[in-house]
Amino acid sequence: MAKHDVVVSQGKRTLKKRMLARWQLYLLLLIPVAYILIFAYGPMAGLIIAFKKYNVRLGIFDSPWVGFDNFRKFFSSYKFPIIMKNTIVISLYSLVVTFPIPIIFALLLNCMNGRIYKKMIQTVTYIPYFISSVVMVGLIFQILDNRSGIYGAVYKMLTGTIGPNIFADGSLFKHIYVWSAVWQTTGYSAIIYIAALTNVDQSLHEAALIDGATRLQRVRYIDVPTILPTASIMLILAVGNIMNIGFEKVLLMQNNLNLNYSEIISTYVYKVGLASGLNDFSLSTAISMFNSVINFILLIVANWGSKKLSGSGIF
Amino acid sequence: MKFRNQTKSDKVFLTVVMIILTAFFIVVLYPCIFVLSASFSSGAAVQSGKVVLLPVDFSLEGYKTVFNTPSIWTGFANSLFYTVFGTLINVAMTMTAAYCLSRKDMPGHNGIMFLFTFTMFFNGGIITTYLLIQKLGMLNTRWALLIPGAITVYNLIVARTFIANSIPHELLEAATIDGCSDFGYFIKIVLPLSKAIIAVLVLFYGVKHWNSYFNAMIYIHDKDLYPLTLFLRDILMADQIDPSTVSDPEMQARLAEAAGVIKYALIVVSMVPVLIIYPFIQKYFVKGVMIGSIKG
Repeated sequence: MAKHDVVVSQGKRTLKKRMLARWQLYLLLLIPVAYILIFAYGPMAGLIIAFKKYNVRLGIFDSPWVGFDNFRKFFSSYKFPIIMKNTIVISLYSLVVTFPIPIIFALLLNCMNGRIYKKMIQTVTYIPYFISSVVMVGLIFQILDNRSGIYGAVYKMLTGTIGPNIFADGSLFKHIYVWSAVWQTTGYSAIIYIAALTNVDQSLHEAALIDGATRLQRVRYIDVPTILPTASIMLILAVGNIMNIGFEKVLLMQNNLNLNYSEIISTYVYKVGLASGLNDFSLSTAISMFNSVINFILLIVANWGSKKLSGSGIF
Repeated sequence: MKFRNQTKSDKVFLTVVMIILTAFFIVVLYPCIFVLSASFSSGAAVQSGKVVLLPVDFSLEGYKTVFNTPSIWTGFANSLFYTVFGTLINVAMTMTAAYCLSRKDMPGHNGIMFLFTFTMFFNGGIITTYLLIQKLGMLNTRWALLIPGAITVYNLIVARTFIANSIPHELLEAATIDGCSDFGYFIKIVLPLSKAIIAVLVLFYGVKHWNSYFNAMIYIHDKDLYPLTLFLRDILMADQIDPSTVSDPEMQARLAEAAGVIKYALIVVSMVPVLIIYPFIQKYFVKGVMIGSIKG
């Protein structure tokens, strides 16, 4: 007991000493910490303009308070239901399609024989991940062009006539958005599962073989349980990001014909705040804050759910 | 691992697997080949949809036009500048922070780490960030594309995990006994042993800089400072290259017909730097994703 007290008091007395001993580390951290305070927490502090009527001449702190007026304005706007619907439809559709496909891809690839072919498939399917959103959207426009693209060529070959313009039909927007993402990210997203699958204990497979299990049964009872923890963590992250749709790509894919199907919260924030002549900083900050808060809540809920169900979470 | 005595159902299953994967492989590969072939075809062949797999009426007119457009060169040079210096700042800041935060003997390392991690899940959004950049006088300067985003917290976690797990703790003890300072340990021991993770960071940050367009779109108004992606957007999304930027009059006349082939050539040109570097860094790239998957 006495000995323990001595240790504790020593620990307290030496905290200052221990910090002093590491002064060089604090010095090194000075710039990164200053950076994060200014460029990440600075804008967070700026969120107060969501509750003000921002005026350029008065600045952030002297602009008058308006309470929740900006939020009310957004919720009562005629665009609100359309934007919410688009955001939810596109993000859920995205999640339902782009979450399981890489898992299936990894499982199939793991079953396949032939090392070289396997390696080749992996290498080629990573490449689209490095295509920037600008080029990706340019590529989509070109490939699905009804005159000069693959779609146009195939349509003409089959019917002899020029096909209808895909981009003029707004209801197709979500399909183009989601399936082009499948094309672009499946290979990359599968890496993490492929890595998890290489850690499967091979003796499990041998034992299952002796018991007469088929390959499909081994996938079902050995491979799938192996990647389940990884998958649940990826799912939490995906759910926590559900409202952060690939904003750059959506913005580039928008045109006047599909706007009723393609306007989402983040593109609307950009337009209200920066792109239109209005430059209503307060309103757009309120909208983006609404989005961030929903996201944050979803993340907490998904994490809590995952901890309850599988015992693993990200925090 | 090879298994003999495959049952019939296994053979069927494996055949189905092979067919599905081959189909996916073709779906990913085909557009890439198509773009390449179209970029080497004549404008007329592309416009009328004759290109299916291989180039039709082999021609370099798309590339000639692209290389005769001064804005493409400006954009290329600017993007190179942002990528090189931006990545340099990113890697220096990230490695410094990652090293300090990997030192468990530094009081308060968890608190400071939380300060960083929290920003991954909650942020101020584009408008307030824009106001900050404006306030700092960075609007329409190169700094606006170099300083914001200097540390990506995800990459910081990856780097910290790497340093904490792959550099043996005994090295720190030995170095301390030999009188090495914390600063010297970072420069002489940690950095040389972190080549793999530095390669990963260079790749992640470099690709991000090369591909980014949104920050440039909102912060930069001066066309001389535009990165390549913004010029690409103007050409790929709008319908043609602005004829006034093409010096050759003969070229101007052919522009209308060649619009399609120019776009394909442009897509290929913009991908060249990434495709040249890709084979060299591919193994690091997979490694990086894997380190990142370890819970941080």
